[in-house]
Amino acid sequence: MKLELGFIEIKDIQFSNECKVENGTLFVDAEAVKAFVYEDDDVKAYVKSACFDIAKPGESVRITPVKDVIEPRVKVEGPGGQFPGVIAKVDTVGSGRTHVLRGMAIVTAGKIVGFQEGIIDMSGPGAEYTPFSKLNNLVMVCEPVEGVHQHDYERAVRIAGLRAATFVGELGRNVTPDEVQSFETYGIKEGIEKFPTLPRVAYVHMLQSQGLLHDTYVYGVDAKRTLTTILYPTETMDGAIISGNCVSACDKNTTYHHQNNPVVADLFEQHGKTLNYVCNIITNENVYLADKQRSSDWSAKLCRLLDLDGVIVSQEGFGNPDTDLIMNTKKIEQMGVKTTIITDEYAGQDGKSQSLADADPLADAVVTGGNANEVIVLPPMEKVIGTLNYVDVIAGGHAGSLREDGSIEAELQVITGATNEMGFNRLSAR
Amino acid sequence: MSYRVVHYINQFFANIGGEEMAHVAPELREGFVGPGLAFNQSWKGEAEIVATVVCGDSHFAEHEKEAQEQILAWVKELNPDLFIAGPAFNAGRYGYACATIANAVKEQLGIKVLTGMYEENPGADLKDKILIVPTANSAAGMRKAAPAMAKLALKLMKGEKLGASCEDNYMPNGIRVNFFEKERGSKRAVKMLLNKLADKPFVTEYPMPSFDRVAPNPAVKDLSKATIALCTSGGIVPKGNPDHIESSSASHYGEYSIAGVEALCEATHETAHGGYDPVYANADANRVLPVDVMREFEREGKIGKLHDLFYTTVGNGTAVASAKKFAAEYAQKLLQAGVNAVIMTST
Repeated sequence: MKLELGFIEIKDIQFSNECKVENGTLFVDAEAVKAFVYEDDDVKAYVKSACFDIAKPGESVRITPVKDVIEPRVKVEGPGGQFPGVIAKVDTVGSGRTHVLRGMAIVTAGKIVGFQEGIIDMSGPGAEYTPFSKLNNLVMVCEPVEGVHQHDYERAVRIAGLRAATFVGELGRNVTPDEVQSFETYGIKEGIEKFPTLPRVAYVHMLQSQGLLHDTYVYGVDAKRTLTTILYPTETMDGAIISGNCVSACDKNTTYHHQNNPVVADLFEQHGKTLNYVCNIITNENVYLADKQRSSDWSAKLCRLLDLDGVIVSQEGFGNPDTDLIMNTKKIEQMGVKTTIITDEYAGQDGKSQSLADADPLADAVVTGGNANEVIVLPPMEKVIGTLNYVDVIAGGHAGSLREDGSIEAELQVITGATNEMGFNRLSAR
Repeated sequence: MSYRVVHYINQFFANIGGEEMAHVAPELREGFVGPGLAFNQSWKGEAEIVATVVCGDSHFAEHEKEAQEQILAWVKELNPDLFIAGPAFNAGRYGYACATIANAVKEQLGIKVLTGMYEENPGADLKDKILIVPTANSAAGMRKAAPAMAKLALKLMKGEKLGASCEDNYMPNGIRVNFFEKERGSKRAVKMLLNKLADKPFVTEYPMPSFDRVAPNPAVKDLSKATIALCTSGGIVPKGNPDHIESSSASHYGEYSIAGVEALCEATHETAHGGYDPVYANADANRVLPVDVMREFEREGKIGKLHDLFYTTVGNGTAVASAKKFAAEYAQKLLQAGVNAVIMTST
C-alpha cells in the first residue's frame, strides 16, 4: 500500500472573515469553524460553548487544561477520508494522497475530568518539553452544558476537535504542497522478494484501552473491544487511529502523535536500507487479566506468523499498562523475535525508585522517555488560554502547585507529551 | 583562590613498590604524588592537590579500622573541598580501599568525594553511595581516566547540578536523572533494534530492576473472630480530600475513621485518584473501598469486626519507594490496633 503525503507548511495563523491557506498562512473565520463543529448532534447537546484562540511558538502563552492535539489533513486522492469510521465513512485509508497542514495543530482545551488534562507552554522552560510549543495552534476551548455526564462530554469534545481539524484540513485541498513524500510497504511475499537479505521488522503499537475515558479508537472501534491485529503503517499515518484519552498528559498519545507516529516515520526511513518494514501490529492495554493474556498472546502469535526478526514495542500510559508492555515483550522474545521497547519512568521525584510497575530480564533493550516525576517550575505566562483552575489537581500537580504569581511547580507529568512513549522527543533519563 | 583537594593513592602509584610493599602504613605527604600530577594539570589552577595520603593495599585491608581513623583525622584537619581516590582500575584491594575511604570521608566528614575504577572492580559495589567514574581495567587507561575524573571533580567542587550518569560520566547510581538526548526516542529505538538484530553491542537505557517479591502470610484461620481493615491505593477519601492527597505521585497517605459508617456514599466520600475515570467511584465509593459489603459480613458474623480506621493513598504514578514507606508506617498502626488481616484494593 502506498501513500503520498503532501506537506503544506503553515507558518502563521490569523483570524479573518474568510477561510483559506495562502503563502503559508492559515486565515480562519472562527465562526465558520464553530458552525461546522456544531453540525454534530453530540456537540450540540453537550458543548455549551466553543471559543477559539491562537497560540504561536515563542509567545508568553499557557494553554490548559489540554485534551487533544490534532493535525489538520485532507484526503485529495484515493479511498477514504479523514478519521475513518468517526468523521469520514469507514473506507480503508492509507493509500492515495493526503495533504497535511504541517506546522500547526488544533488543540482542544477545557475541563473534562480535571485530573487528566495537560499544560502546553508556548515559551519558557516548559516549552522545551512539549512538541506542541513549536506549532502554530488554533485552540478551541470548550465548556460543558450543565449536568452533562462526563462520558458524553468527552465524546462530544473529541468529535468537536476532529471536526475542527477536518474543516481546517479541507482548506489545504487545492493548495500545492511544499514537499511531497511517499511511503510504501509491501505484501508478505513481495517484501521478501524485494528485500531477501534484510531483517523483517514490525512495530507493535500498544493502544491505551484501560477504558472509561482511557480509550483509543481504530476506524471508530473502541480499541478495548478489539483483538490484536495488523495495519499497514500508512493507515496509521492517514488518521485510522485517534485518541479518546484522559490520562496523565505527559505520556498520553494525542491524535497528533498517532498521525505523526515517530516509530512509523523512523522505520520508514530505514525501510529497504537496513530493514524490511513489514507492518504495524496494534494491540490493546485492557485492565482484565484475561484480556491482557489474550492480547499479548496474539501479539506474539502474529510476530511468529509473520516470520519477523524484530519488533519495536511502544507503550501508552504507565502502571497498569506496564504489565501489558512486559507481557508483550516477554512473549515475543520467547517466540525468538527480538524486541526493543519504548517506555517512560515513574522513578519518584528524587529519581531513586524503580521506574516501572513490572519488569522482566527479557526486556533488555529499553528506550526511555524520561522520569515523569521530575519536578519542574514553570514561570508565569502573560496569557492563559483556558483556565488555571485545575493546575493543583491534575496528575503531577499538588496542593499549592499554582503559586500566587501564576508560576507552577509540578511534575513533568502535567506537560502534554513530555515523556511520550512513542519516542517523539529527545528527553531521556539514566 | 583555587579549590583544595586531598588525594588518596596506594603504594604502587606512590612508587614505593608493588605487592611486596603493600603492607606500608598510611602516610601523609604534602602536595601531589604520582597520578595527582595529571589531576592538577587538568584543573589548570582552578583546583590543586594540597596533600596526598599513601597507604599500602594490604595494610588497608588488614587494618581497615585503624587506617581509616588515621586518614579521617588527617582529612578532617586539612578540610579540603574534595577528597579524590585512585583511579584504581581493576586492582581489587585498591578499589575497595578507594571506595571505602571515600565513603567514610563523605559520611563522617561531609566532604565531597570522588573515585574512579573499572566497572567490575569489587570497590564498585559502593557506586550507589559515592560517585565512581568508570575507567579502563588497567593503568594504561590513566590518560583517559585522569581528565575524566578531574572534570567531574571540578563540577562537584563548584556545586553545579549533577547531570545524568551518561552525561557526567559516573557509574549509574540508582538515581534516575532526566536529560535531552541528541536523537529522539524512536530513532534510538530503531538503532538499538538494528544492533540487537545484528548481534552488535547495545546499551539499554533502563536496566530492568530486580523485584521485591513478598510471600503471602498464612491464611487467617477463623475469620469470624478476626478484625479486618480496609486499605486502598484507589484514592478513596472523605469528600473534599481534606489532606490534599495528590491525584498522582502521592506524597502521603490518609487515615480516616469509618466507625459507625454503614456504607460510603456520594455525599461523604470520593476519589482523589487521577489515573482512572472517577465517575463510578465518586457515585459509589464502596466500589473501591467496600465498606458496605464488609458491614454485611460483620452482621452475618462472617468476620469478627471491620477496623474503625481505613488507610488510603493514590497509587497513580506513585513511586514504589513511597508506597513502601507509607505501608511500613501504617502496618505498625494496624498491628498495634490488633488488626488480623487487611483487604487492600487497587484500581
